[in-house]
Amino acid sequence: MTMQGFVYIAVFFLVLLALTKPLGIFMAQVFEGRRTFLHPILRPLETLVYKFCGIRETSEQRWTQYSGSMIAFSLVSFLFVYAIQRLQGLLPLNPMHFSTSQAPGYATPLTPDLAFNTAVSFMTNTNWQAYGGEQTLSYLVQMAALTVQNFVSAAAGIAVVIALIRGFARKETNTIGNFWVDTTRATVYVLLPLSLLLALFLCFRGVPQTFKSYRTATTLEGATQNIAVGPVAGQEAIKMLGTNGGGFFNANSAHPYENPTPLTNFVEILTILAISSALTYTFGRMVEDTRQGWALFAAMAVLFFAGVFICYPSEGGGNPNLARLGVETKATDTQPGGNMEGKEVRFGIASSTLWATATTDASNGSVNSMHDSYTPLGGFIPLFNLQTDEVIFGGVGAGLYGMLLYAIVGVFIAGLMVGRTPEYLGKKIEQKEVKMAMVAIIATAFSILVFAAISAVIPFAKNGYWNPPGPAIANFGNPGAHGFSELLYTFSSASENNGSAFNGINVNTPWYNLMTGLAMLIGRFGFILPTLAIAGSLVAKKKVPTTSGTLPTHGALFVGLLVGVVVVIGALTFFPALSLGPLVEHFFMREGKLLSSLIIHAVWS
Amino acid sequence: MRKQLSQAFRFTLLMTVLTGLIYPGLVTGLCQLLFPRTANGSLLKINGQVVGSTLLGQNFSSPEYFHPRPSAAGNDGYDATASGGSNFGPTNQKLIDRVKADVAKFRMENPDYQGPIPADMVTTSASGLDPDISLASAFAQAPRVAQARRTTVDRVNQLIQAQARGRRWGFLGEPRVNVLQLNVALNQSFPMAPKKQS
Repeated sequence: MTMQGFVYIAVFFLVLLALTKPLGIFMAQVFEGRRTFLHPILRPLETLVYKFCGIRETSEQRWTQYSGSMIAFSLVSFLFVYAIQRLQGLLPLNPMHFSTSQAPGYATPLTPDLAFNTAVSFMTNTNWQAYGGEQTLSYLVQMAALTVQNFVSAAAGIAVVIALIRGFARKETNTIGNFWVDTTRATVYVLLPLSLLLALFLCFRGVPQTFKSYRTATTLEGATQNIAVGPVAGQEAIKMLGTNGGGFFNANSAHPYENPTPLTNFVEILTILAISSALTYTFGRMVEDTRQGWALFAAMAVLFFAGVFICYPSEGGGNPNLARLGVETKATDTQPGGNMEGKEVRFGIASSTLWATATTDASNGSVNSMHDSYTPLGGFIPLFNLQTDEVIFGGVGAGLYGMLLYAIVGVFIAGLMVGRTPEYLGKKIEQKEVKMAMVAIIATAFSILVFAAISAVIPFAKNGYWNPPGPAIANFGNPGAHGFSELLYTFSSASENNGSAFNGINVNTPWYNLMTGLAMLIGRFGFILPTLAIAGSLVAKKKVPTTSGTLPTHGALFVGLLVGVVVVIGALTFFPALSLGPLVEHFFMREGKLLSSLIIHAVWS
Repeated sequence: MRKQLSQAFRFTLLMTVLTGLIYPGLVTGLCQLLFPRTANGSLLKINGQVVGSTLLGQNFSSPEYFHPRPSAAGNDGYDATASGGSNFGPTNQKLIDRVKADVAKFRMENPDYQGPIPADMVTTSASGLDPDISLASAFAQAPRVAQARRTTVDRVNQLIQAQARGRRWGFLGEPRVNVLQLNVALNQSFPMAPKKQS
């Protein structure tokens, strides 16, 4: 660990804090339908969307209609993305002639199961990549299928949290807004202008943006290097802002063409959390008590720092197995030290671990270092962040509605302790809200644990259709406990709609493509539908006056309670699984024991 | 539900045109106009020939050039159409075996260097295309390069210092040097006999 590393993390947090209020105010204005400074330019575009789609801007929806629109929209999105992928061989903007079946020698064929997985992945804002972008997808697929979903699936996530906020803000009514209007506004006023600015900045600093085919270079030593390029900058921008994370290239934001310099790296980490952080202020504004928003921000910040300051020292300490071979693992003035396997020199340890923490605090899932090569405790943080539902600032919209569900559970537990009906923001929290919050939290936990458990034991014939490598554990890229971590991370990432990976595992087989696809669907709709149900239930309630018996939800006590609830629920649910993966590996590493067997149970014999 | 689906269809269609065609088209137009060099991949041309991209690492193995980090991109490393890391975990026997071999190779190639191996020099990067090495890794190779180029270690070290990049604003990034640019500078300052140059 270095002084510069600490400064980096501190400056990062201060800039994030500084952005929260102005961006939060702006979004509150947008979603309350008030005029902003962008309206003179973008209002015509907004009305064009309403006209073309037959949307009445002033009409409101009940929670059931809101959910219906969301589901219809997701279904159509899925079909669009699937169709564009499967037709990529026939469509234009495919200079490398990628196909769906007989791909060129260097490419991965875009099979039906892979296309299904990718379509679900982008529609659900997961952006899990079972493919390597530069070897699988045409420019048209990257743009017209994936970039589009980067915008609209993120916008839909923001819409859902705005609907939930209205559930708290409004009283004794039955509508929570209009899904189409909210999604349109999130796209037109928030995501599009920010993406355009960011794309230009990224290209200015080195990210390519071209429709030309891949380049060929003759190196100084006379060898040939083929160089994949493409329309990267535009996609990179929304990939970060929309907490999407599906990279143009296989190496994601570690690739110098996605993230060329330390400055772009800083800006990209910031954009992972900026909108989500600002939404806490938007929330405070809309419920007319900004202290409530800051309390959520504070709880998120506590969890954020806890994660960073476990991950950073673990990676900075390096791998003792390499130290024994004469490799420097302490940072010096001229080299980064630490665990540099799977990390880039220009980023070093501090900003790699900050990114790993932030990308899993949120449902972003982009990476600038390879999580699979992290030390066990360094990799434990991203994994645990996923499993606690990514509520530390979180995905755009998704993080805040996740945290609000935890807040509901938190006040419920506090209410049990003192024997009072719990309240949050003047709304009585009753059976229905608590049930729905628990359904959401259990649905994702169920999906993680059950899919991982099945994959850990299910046998397949070698070279069969479902999983050509053989049994599902034959796909692991690492032996023993670390292989199990890969599996657990896979389903945690899919179920929580994150998209990052312990990448050594080969997930592009029909079995994994279908199972992770299902996990993503459970994670998206198993969380959003209960959330909207809560919004519908809350919006009908009247506001009860604050009394001396009301638990204040803007103070340190509540922040502590919320942090406790998140950590305890996560730990209780996942401790057994985590102890089989990163925890046991940690002790192995400290003892200098190496793993070489491919099969888990052999480790224990 | 039919109305919902029809709205969803029109909405998705419009957004595909707006964010999937117009937006990337606009970004491409502006970037090509404003930043043509970076928009096309920051390609480095020498005598009109593309020798690589200043942003991407490439392989160097002869003694007169600085060597990059090991790479897991593609089958032979530094494949710029197949980016990626090794994804080896810290307790994986394969990782330790590979590092052991790379340490031995580095020691053999750089017999004048006695210190500990810099952390980046025997580990693969996340992208497999890391264009940089740490300053320590460059200094450790300087004696070998100086010998191959029939110059002094001091002069090679000066060249490294001239090419080195520090931390922007004191905290952004790590001290490093771009291998391709350093090697191009080497060719300019200490040219090899012509037969080595193609």
